[in-house]
Amino acid sequence: MDGDRQGSAERPRTPFSRRHLLLGGAAAGLGASALVGADLLAGRGEPPAPAPSPAPAPEEPDGGETVPFHGPHQAGVETPPQAHANFVAFDLAADVDRERTRRLLTLLTDDVAKLSQGDAALADSEPELAYVPARLTVTFGFGPGLVERVAPDAAPSWLRPLPEFAVDRLRDEWSDGDLLLQVCADDPLTVAHATRMLTKDVRAFGAVRWVQAGFRRARGSEAAGTTMRNLMGQVDGTVNTAPGTDDFERIVWDGGGNPDWLRGGTSLVIRRIAMDLDKWDRLDRSGREESVGRRLADGAPLTGSREHDEPDFDAVTPLGFPVIAEFAHIRRARTDDPAERIFRRAYNYDLPVTGSEGQDAGLVFASFQADVDRQFVPIQKRLDELDLLNEWISPIGSAVFAIPPGCEEGGFVGETLFDA
Amino acid sequence: MSTTKTAFAAMAAAAAIALTGCGGPVADAEAPAAAEDATGTAAESFSAEDAWVKAATEDDGMTGAFGILGNASGTDATVVSATASGAGMVELHEVVTGDDGNSVMREKEGGFTIPAGGTHVLEPGADHIMLMALEKDLEPGTEVAVALEFSDGSTAEFTAPVKAYEGANENYDGGHGDGHDDGHAEH
Repeated sequence: MDGDRQGSAERPRTPFSRRHLLLGGAAAGLGASALVGADLLAGRGEPPAPAPSPAPAPEEPDGGETVPFHGPHQAGVETPPQAHANFVAFDLAADVDRERTRRLLTLLTDDVAKLSQGDAALADSEPELAYVPARLTVTFGFGPGLVERVAPDAAPSWLRPLPEFAVDRLRDEWSDGDLLLQVCADDPLTVAHATRMLTKDVRAFGAVRWVQAGFRRARGSEAAGTTMRNLMGQVDGTVNTAPGTDDFERIVWDGGGNPDWLRGGTSLVIRRIAMDLDKWDRLDRSGREESVGRRLADGAPLTGSREHDEPDFDAVTPLGFPVIAEFAHIRRARTDDPAERIFRRAYNYDLPVTGSEGQDAGLVFASFQADVDRQFVPIQKRLDELDLLNEWISPIGSAVFAIPPGCEEGGFVGETLFDA
Repeated sequence: MSTTKTAFAAMAAAAAIALTGCGGPVADAEAPAAAEDATGTAAESFSAEDAWVKAATEDDGMTGAFGILGNASGTDATVVSATASGAGMVELHEVVTGDDGNSVMREKEGGFTIPAGGTHVLEPGADHIMLMALEKDLEPGTEVAVALEFSDGSTAEFTAPVKAYEGANENYDGGHGDGHDDGHAEH
């Protein structure tokens, strides 16, 4: 409480935190003298001790890695999936109009711009928790309710609940929402802190509708780029467009039919897919592989030997039955129409359950596509009609969001909607 | 030392976006020369970074402004008074431990001194700019324009976004309250 204390001056700050110098890419060549400067600036005053000859430099922890926030697209779509995610949907209060929506988005943008670069948010009550960004990204999604408040005529035609499917067992508490924040990082504490800071911003404007926490393998457990596994043990997401390719550009970002304000944006479908793992336990291994059409060991199609081999849907057994059954998931998901493709970025969920039986587990299915109706709905229709996997899985939540483009420094996410 | 100054100047440049009426040019990272310029006013070497105001209603009546005040000059700068949009009265406050061991805030005699080439941090539980006699609700996401006057008579202005915040509830020991928890009432 003494007047001129330096306490807060110890905070690493943009653009001179140690992390940025070491990991910021552009700044990587600055070298040791700049680091000394950063430490002095940060109030850690002591000059560096003379290096005790040839000790190897300690490895920098992964938690310092950052994903750029500003740019034409929002982060968290093309970003290689981080290990942990919170999908948080909010209902906006009735009195939140266009102007207050703008204020909210401005506040959130400022917080995310700081937190994603490893800096404390304004009024951050636990600033130290912000200093490990661990590739934090926060992706904003707009539900119909938000778009209506800002520019009622600017909603893309697909921004509405998906059509009803026979397999659906949807619950309100996992569905819809006015505003979505997809918070992803490789460290669960980082995700928790960012979620709390952003949720506090929203309180004056609305309330949390649902939170879906999800996880993948921990960072570093597997080689980067390994297709994830879901809790049924399946390799999940083999056929997925690759970030950075023309194909990805077409599937995710090229919304030719979308309103102008969505240029550089896309759409996000979130489906909470409950898995009946106890029922799945009763199925033997060959039955499990048949239901999907892929081997559990490596995800290879039953007609191939490696994960990314093209399935041969015409191959038949000596008895004349198709090797990949008519009801197999990969046959039903497949289409000859190149437009009917999506980019999946799913997470597993597994909530604690007490008692002697039952498990609340499944998949937070998340897919990005430029046009929900053109790309996602036809696939889901085919899976709804026939897919043996439906024996063990049920969609219990469903939400559709427009993902606005990214913003430049000084702007805010969603600003293009205000010009629409 | 020059490394520090250079770094600070760049920090000040980065903060310039937040400034609306900063009186003078902001030093850039390549030219630490401004640091030696003792002839300029305090306002010309001033910067504000990460400024924010705790949301409050008109009924609350008072709230605080926080942030990092920077001084890129070679001499200390002293903030002696402040005004803020939406506040009928503004004081420069410190938080001290009172006779009963509790933290109390009170007007800081002599104002805030920003050391040469350094910063002075305003934060909950420590020095802050006290906004009183609020004339309207300060709603989250709106902005407050804060103007500071320095001991040399120069003035600088910056804007601070309003954020919801549950802390900064120190008791007020300064004639507007009687030491009970009526300072920054929670709402």
